[in-house]
Amino acid sequence: MSTTTLPPTEKTEPASAPRKGISDRARSERKLGWLLAGPAFFVMLAVTAYPILQAIYDSLFSYRLTDPDNREFNGLANYGVILSDPLWWQSIWVTVLITVVTVAVELVLGFALAMVMAKALSSIRPILRAAILIPYAVITVVSAFAWQFAFDINTGFVNSWFAWLPGVATDTDWFGDFGTSILVICLAEIWKTTPFISLLLLAGLAQVPEVLQEAAQVDGATWWQRLWRVTIPNMKAAIMVALLFRTLDAFRVFDSIFIMTAGANGTESVSFLAYRQTIARLEIGLGSAVSVLLFVAVVLIAVGFIKGFKVDLSQARGE
Amino acid sequence: MSTRTKVLWWIGGVVIVLYALFPIAWIISISLKAPSDIANGQFLPSSPSWQNYEDILTGSASDLFLPSLRNSFGICLIATAISCLLAMFAAYAIARLDFPGKRLILSTALGVAIFPVISIVTPLFNVWRQIGLYDTWLGLILPYLSLTLPISIWTMSAFFREIPWEMEQAAQVDGATTWQAFRKVIVPLAAPGVFTTAIIAFFIAWNDFVYGIVLTSTEAARPVPAALGLFSGASQFEDPTGAIAAAALIVTIPVVVLVLLFQRRIVAGLTNGAVKG
Repeated sequence: MSTTTLPPTEKTEPASAPRKGISDRARSERKLGWLLAGPAFFVMLAVTAYPILQAIYDSLFSYRLTDPDNREFNGLANYGVILSDPLWWQSIWVTVLITVVTVAVELVLGFALAMVMAKALSSIRPILRAAILIPYAVITVVSAFAWQFAFDINTGFVNSWFAWLPGVATDTDWFGDFGTSILVICLAEIWKTTPFISLLLLAGLAQVPEVLQEAAQVDGATWWQRLWRVTIPNMKAAIMVALLFRTLDAFRVFDSIFIMTAGANGTESVSFLAYRQTIARLEIGLGSAVSVLLFVAVVLIAVGFIKGFKVDLSQARGE
Repeated sequence: MSTRTKVLWWIGGVVIVLYALFPIAWIISISLKAPSDIANGQFLPSSPSWQNYEDILTGSASDLFLPSLRNSFGICLIATAISCLLAMFAAYAIARLDFPGKRLILSTALGVAIFPVISIVTPLFNVWRQIGLYDTWLGLILPYLSLTLPISIWTMSAFFREIPWEMEQAAQVDGATTWQAFRKVIVPLAAPGVFTTAIIAFFIAWNDFVYGIVLTSTEAARPVPAALGLFSGASQFEDPTGAIAAAALIVTIPVVVLVLLFQRRIVAGLTNGAVKG
């Protein structure tokens, strides 16, 4: 790339030019590169690396905001308290449950949406594209409210519409116990984020070589066979990137839970637990330790994905 | 294509549109229900009323909602502008220059993008209170950069890679000055990418809830999602459902308008940045 953009005068240099000249130019290019990209790089580090280091430091103290005089170093005791507390394991279970359910459903649904969008008539494609972007653009809190109000025992219409279904009655309290609460939270999350996954998959679909499809068709492969033998293997990278992003995103679930249940009936996620320790109970030490553990979990998932499934992140970086 | 397949496509299309718009229609419907009508158990209001809009725009709940709307617009626009400016320089360097650390910068952006927000916010809560950034615009703009900057760098680098930079030289050969070549050739080529990136970054900042709810406590800086989350109605005896729905709809309108106007670009921006062969 850089060779085609160099000013013409420099292009006249003989191929056997002394290496020193080239490295001079390379050096100035390096300098300019860091000069331009440095501020953005520095700001990114400042707004993430600094807080997480502070969180690690805070997590080593027994520190309650309402009782600052008794702040004292207690090593890893906070982590011991958390890891031996059933509340923590409940929040992990809730988070994993929501992540697995939403990501699995979204992947299938998103793939179907992407297939429809890819094949849709050109006359309806812009309508579909606009429609599908709307859930993506709607604030998560708004989506959570919409779904909460729909299922709410007082304001909702779901109970009266679906009273014919077994298990649903006009007085079904969806937010009254664990399973149904999680179900509604998952529905809201799925509605909101499936479009994003389907757009990533749509971009992946576009990369499947048309010749392969045609060749398979000529060879008599059915639609199903082509899907599994040609389409999916050829867009594996896009699927993996979409999966990785959505898994990490789902693992941070907070907004919907805050709005819909506020953690009632054991529906607290890890993020919500960290929030409640720090903000509601002002236990800075414990809250920080939960934050650090969440961070470690996210890093482990990312590394697991990248190493385990060999996700090629150069794809994600647009290289 | 046969009429039958065409009909099938149209049915598929209608299902997708319904899927996307149904919850929005429900919010509209509930925002038009008067307090006495909220619990009617039906999708539609028995008799539409503007009362909820009056409440949040001019009435008793307006001093909760309007300041947060102003905060959200101000904070999100500033955060978007800063990250687009920083990302523009970085993306230019990544797309055009050859320097070690390019991959490091892109990987860092990826790492920051997947960072759990709650891990950033708990330490900030304490530090911001000590240094006076708690409940201020600046106190939200800074952490918002962790949301908007990575995606800006990413999306913009992907756009800038597609720009035919040779055209700058071509213009200079044709007698344009450096400044003319930049202004007349490069700026028009780069502008759509910058603009699209700004929209996507704005969406992400606009959507934030965690920072908003943890780092603010009053109308001085509280953004809309946090205000909605804490909305308890004009008085404690009033069910806030209708007012929340009306406020939710008002904050949804700007993003829907942006989506309808720039859908093609937004899709290109989202997919360019994330998946590219």
